[in-house]
Amino acid sequence: MIRINGRQEKAAGKSLADWLCQAGYSGRMIAVEYNGEIISAEQYPQVSLHDGDVVEIVCFMGGG
Amino acid sequence: MEKMMDDCLELGGQRFHSRFILGSGKYSLQLIEAAVQDAGAEIVTLAVRRANTQDKENILDYIPKGVTLLPNTSGARNAEEAVRIARLARAMGCGDFVKIEIMRDSKYLLPDNGETVKATEMLAKEGFIVLPYMYPDLNVARELVSAGAAAVMPLAAPIGSNKGLATKEFIQILIDEIDLPVIVDAGIGAPSQACEAMEMGAAAIMANTALATAGNLPLMAAAFKEAIVAGRKAYLAGLGRVLTRGAEASDPLTGFLHD
Repeated sequence: MIRINGRQEKAAGKSLADWLCQAGYSGRMIAVEYNGEIISAEQYPQVSLHDGDVVEIVCFMGGG
Repeated sequence: MEKMMDDCLELGGQRFHSRFILGSGKYSLQLIEAAVQDAGAEIVTLAVRRANTQDKENILDYIPKGVTLLPNTSGARNAEEAVRIARLARAMGCGDFVKIEIMRDSKYLLPDNGETVKATEMLAKEGFIVLPYMYPDLNVARELVSAGAAAVMPLAAPIGSNKGLATKEFIQILIDEIDLPVIVDAGIGAPSQACEAMEMGAAAIMANTALATAGNLPLMAAAFKEAIVAGRKAYLAGLGRVLTRGAEASDPLTGFLHD
């Protein structure tokens, strides 16, 4: 299992790009942190997800 | 008038004509564009949060082009978390500005000045234009200057309280002693309070809740805009003196009809 934004997801074996696309993040303005490291969008296809990985996906929201 | 024409707010080498920094929290995305326009704002703050695919709308679609985005690090409880949020914000490709907001206390939402200094130093070294939200303490403000801050953002009153210039005396000390723009952030609830802070010599005002909880948000944005401009003009003009006691006639003291 892979922990993505605090939830356990079955995504092992997929690339980060494939998982983001399948989850509905295509075209969204997001930033991704993979095991504590920020990954640029060009690198998403090269990152393959493994059990135990931790992924954070963030976006901008209204705030002061 | 000439003094007013070239009167710009300079932050990190960028010049802004507006001295009203607008928050985008606690109101609908549909109102943001009108708020930005009526406020005449050139800088808008944003928060960084975990994304989910249920929210289809992108706040950036509602912010007019040309506006500088100022992501904040709200949610950070220490310097390390603030640095992490700032880096993620920059990875979204919206520039180098960041407002540091570090709170350990969830009741009063007071900024942790010590951690804020640490985060400022780390982020300034990474090339961020750092605007730290802080409790108005002169010693800390001096540390923020040394750490590479582009401005200091002292609070007027607790976040979201609309209570006005509760820390007035201490903000004045920062304005008098710190050689960086002093942007009054948090607690400003009414245009009159924003105007007063600008008369004192504040470089800019940041407001969010005052607008988000107003009866008519865009109209309140316009009211703040005018108050901030008025306060700035008064500061540049130099306020008239205050008598310690007694009165002084404004009219001629000769030529009375009974003479």
